[in-house]
Parts: sequence; structure tokens; C-alpha cells
Amino acid sequence: MPISPRDFDFVRNLVHQRSAIVLEAGKETLVESRLSLLARREGIDSVDELFRRLHADPAAGKLHVQVVEAMTTNETLFFRDIYPFDMLRNIILPDLFKKREVEKRLTIWSAGCSGGQEPYSLAIMLKEQFPQYMNWNIRLLACDLSTEMIARAREGRFSQFEVNRGLPASLLVKYFHQKGIDWQVREDIRRMVEFSEMNLAAPWPALPYADIVFMRNVLIYFNVETKRGILAQARKTLRPDGYLFLGTAETTFNIDENFDRFQNEKAWCYRPKKTP
Amino acid sequence: MRALVIDDSAAVRTILKRILTECGFEVVEAADGRLALDRLREVGSADIALVDWNMPVMDGFDFIRAVRADHAHDGMRLMMVTTETEIAQVAKALEAGANEYVMKPFTKDMILEKLSLMGIAHA
Ligand SMILES: C[S@@+](CC[C@H](N)C(=O)[O-])C[C@H]1O[C@@H](n2cnc3c(N)ncnc32)[C@H](O)[C@@H]1O
Repeated sequence: MPISPRDFDFVRNLVHQRSAIVLEAGKETLVESRLSLLARREGIDSVDELFRRLHADPAAGKLHVQVVEAMTTNETLFFRDIYPFDMLRNIILPDLFKKREVEKRLTIWSAGCSGGQEPYSLAIMLKEQFPQYMNWNIRLLACDLSTEMIARAREGRFSQFEVNRGLPASLLVKYFHQKGIDWQVREDIRRMVEFSEMNLAAPWPALPYADIVFMRNVLIYFNVETKRGILAQARKTLRPDGYLFLGTAETTFNIDENFDRFQNEKAWCYRPKKTP
Repeated sequence: MRALVIDDSAAVRTILKRILTECGFEVVEAADGRLALDRLREVGSADIALVDWNMPVMDGFDFIRAVRADHAHDGMRLMMVTTETEIAQVAKALEAGANEYVMKPFTKDMILEKLSLMGIAHA
């Protein structure tokens, strides 16, 4: 049974308030199916019962958070789209390692990291391709709105299905071990990434300046004002010669004109415009 | 571009064939390693083979070793697609010359993602 317009509006407002994610009209079935999954997982009899509890619970309660998290899309894979990672390996990292030779410091940020595939891809690439820089102060920060995703990412534990996606078999064998029916990233790789919960749509806490920001397949869920606000904050966090990666369906154009596109044949990213 | 699909399950072959055909491959099928070597001799060469592990007569592991022992097929890419999920087995297949490894059950996206990892563009 589809949820009522009133319930849909309630969820829509809650989710927008807490995550800035926009649930458009027409997403009723999606909302309904994700709520019934949540209800089943929590041992709640029906979606109606879930709504009854939501209205009775304090808004700061656990169930409200769970509803918001249930509406996030966590689809991701290792080395997603390949080409951005090639560009990083072949052009950007060699450039930055040269530029930062004196300070020997590099900060990379994965914003909206989901289950951790993206930051672990970055960590594995660094370890695999740039072993000579492992004595630098390299920080890999990763954040997501979802408490559940951050907990999973921290553990670095992936299902067979997940390690089958995008991860070269040679790297699976080298950097993972089996844990029951799952696979876990090796501890030295896990220790390279600092995970934290963070809402990109809220004012950001003080963050270290970043040389590279990966913010891929996150902005698509927001409206233009939210995108603009987030891009402005990303620009302030990026060093002036840094690089911002967005998803292939995302862009700064017509949202924030203070970025230049940086590209080769296969991939592109954005750099803060030079202020004259 | 030509692909070999080697699996003793006709159902699996059909699914893989459909995916590869959509990518623009001409697909040659075989139900075990021995038959696959025969088919390979007939057609001369293949760009890639998707190979099951456990099959009667000649299994996928021995097929890979046979192909890697024959320098005429040095350029051929080999992807294991198998229910073998032990890390030791994955390592063993790679050592024998497999380029990629997919653990069953697989999805179409998974196969496509592995193909692009191997530098094989898909339509
Ligand atoms: C589709 S995943 C993208 C994962 C990865 N970056 C990639 O490209 O494969 C989107 C992630 O953004 C997170 N997210 C959604 N809204 C957010 C917000 N307001 N702040 C931080 N993360 C958010 C979701 O929880 C989800 O894990």
C-alpha cells in the first residue's frame, strides 16, 4: 500500500532538513520500500506502525536518524569510473609530490565516502604506486552523513559482491584477507584512512587544507542552493593549487563560476580559479 | 573482437554471451577446457576468454595453463568466472596467468566493470 501524501511530506521534510537530500514527487514508492526494509530490520510490524512511533518519538531520536539514513543512496564501487584514478596517478599526484617536496605533506579528502570503497581505493593506489612517499605526512580523510556507512567503512569489511566490483583481482589478493564470508582490507591500509560523520550541507567544522577533494556522486541529490553552498565551502578547504573531483554527471558550471575545468582525453576535475 | 565463453552450464554461457555480444564481441562457446582448446584451434585466436573453474574433462585452471604455455596466445586476456571463492584460489589463478577474477554469482555490471579494468572498452 503506497504511503499517504501526508506521510510522504513528513519524510521528505525530515530528510531535507537533516541531509539536504531532495526527494521529489514521484519517489513515493522508493520511500515506501526503503521504509518497509527499515521496519523489518527493526522488528517493527508495518510502515504505519513506524510512522506512529516516529510521531511519538522525540525528533532527535534514533528512529528519525535511521529514516534519514535509509533515504541515502550508497551505491559505490572500488576505483569508480577508473579514469579519474588514472588521472590522479599519472598527472596529479606526480605534480603534487613535486610541489610539496619541502613540506612533505599531502591531504586528500573523500566526501560522501559511503562504505569506504573510494577512500580505500585511494589508499591502495598510494601504497601501490607511490611507496617512496609513505614517510610523508599523508592524510586521507573520509566522511559521510550516515553513521551506519561510517561504521562499516571503518571496519573495512566488504561482501563478496562488493569486492567483485571495480577492484582488480591482483589488488584483492594483495590488500585483503577473508573474514568469514566477507573480505576485510588489510590493517595498514585501514589505518591510512580517518573516517568521520559529517553533514556536507551544514556548516563545516575546521578541516585541514586539502590538496585533493573527492566529492563524487553526492551533489546530485541536492538542490542548486545546497550545491552552491557546498562548492563554496569546498573551495575554501582546497588549497589554491588543489584539485576537486566530482561524479561524471556533476559539474560546477552554472553553479559556482570560481572553478576551472582541468581535463585530459578521458577524465576531468576542477581547480579553484586563480584570483588576479 | 572475439571472446571465448567456457562454462559447463549452458545457462551461464547464454548470459555471458549476451553481455559480450552487446559489447560488440563475436562469441565462441565451449563446455569445457578441452573443447575450448579445440574451438580456439578452429578459429585461430581470441581476444579474451571468460573461464569457469570446475568443469569435466579439462577444468578452467588447466585451460589457463595450456593457453599460457602457448606463446601464440600471449595477447589473449583471461578472466576466471567461478564459484571458487578462496583467496588462495584467486592467487593461484593469477599466478597461472589469469588477468582477472570474478566470483559467482555475478551481475552484468560486474562483468562490464572488470572488462573496463582490463582496458576493454564496452559500448
Ligand atoms: C552514491 S554515494 C557516493 C559514494 C562515492 N563517493 C562514489 O562516488 O562512489 C553518496 C553518499 O553520499 C552520502 N550523503 C548524502 N547526503 C549527505 C550529506 N548531506 N552529507 C554527507 N554525506 C551525504 C550518502 O550517505 C552516500 O553514502
